[in-house]
Amino acid sequence: MTSLTLVRRIKARPSIVFDALTTPEGIARWWGPDDGPVLVAETDPQVGGCFRVRFRMLDGSEHESSGEYLEVEKPERLSMSWRWTGGAEDPGESLVEIRLRAIAEGTELTFTHSRLHDEESRRSHEEGWTGALEKLERHFLVVERSSP
Amino acid sequence: MVNYNERLDRTFAALVDPTRRAILARLEREDGASISALAQPFVIKLPAVMKHLDVLYDAGLISRSKVGRTVTVRLRPEPMGEAMDWLRRYERFWSKSLDRLAAYAESKEAEARKKRR
Repeated sequence: MTSLTLVRRIKARPSIVFDALTTPEGIARWWGPDDGPVLVAETDPQVGGCFRVRFRMLDGSEHESSGEYLEVEKPERLSMSWRWTGGAEDPGESLVEIRLRAIAEGTELTFTHSRLHDEESRRSHEEGWTGALEKLERHFLVVERSSP
Repeated sequence: MVNYNERLDRTFAALVDPTRRAILARLEREDGASISALAQPFVIKLPAVMKHLDVLYDAGLISRSKVGRTVTVRLRPEPMGEAMDWLRRYERFWSKSLDRLAAYAESKEAEARKKRR
């Protein structure tokens, strides 16, 4: 799974979700893997514009990512390049794509983060080894637990 | 960290090839197999299979042990676990972020509706 896709149904209209995704005020409220604060949020949501977000996690570590907006079509499409900056995280550039679709209850958001490793791993994802990898690992967890 | 990334590179590069994935899948089912047994289902020749096994070995995905003239190949789970952990970190990051994004957007929607009333 070198590409990750998540879907959320949100009780808000697409334009509101789009603003939450692209404004510094919005980003400050949701960005990050835990409840640690967003320290910097800069956006310029137009094709060729850049974003930069820095956050601190509850364990005290700080992380920053930045990239360039590649598609900005309010309120339904947003994509940007992504890279971790100034840390020991994964090198290389990946791709974030967000699609917003109006549904009766509000918005269906489809989020994809792809090209997460190198070119090769992306191809391998397309060939579909994801399931195999997960199955193999599950198997080994079981084997390891059951071995003396 | 460089080592960690190099290891991930090697793991993903090893997994990119369908023949190598087939070998790993078989090793998962059989818990060890000889090289000649592994080569059997493939139309490719033994030296080609050996090459694939070298790549898997270098990535730490298999172990080899020799008894007499027979080399037995087994799966090693560690690099795969490491690759899965790496992917899960991204999943956690975005899953949490999107949950909070949804909550925030919903509160903004509620505000917008109140204003209109």
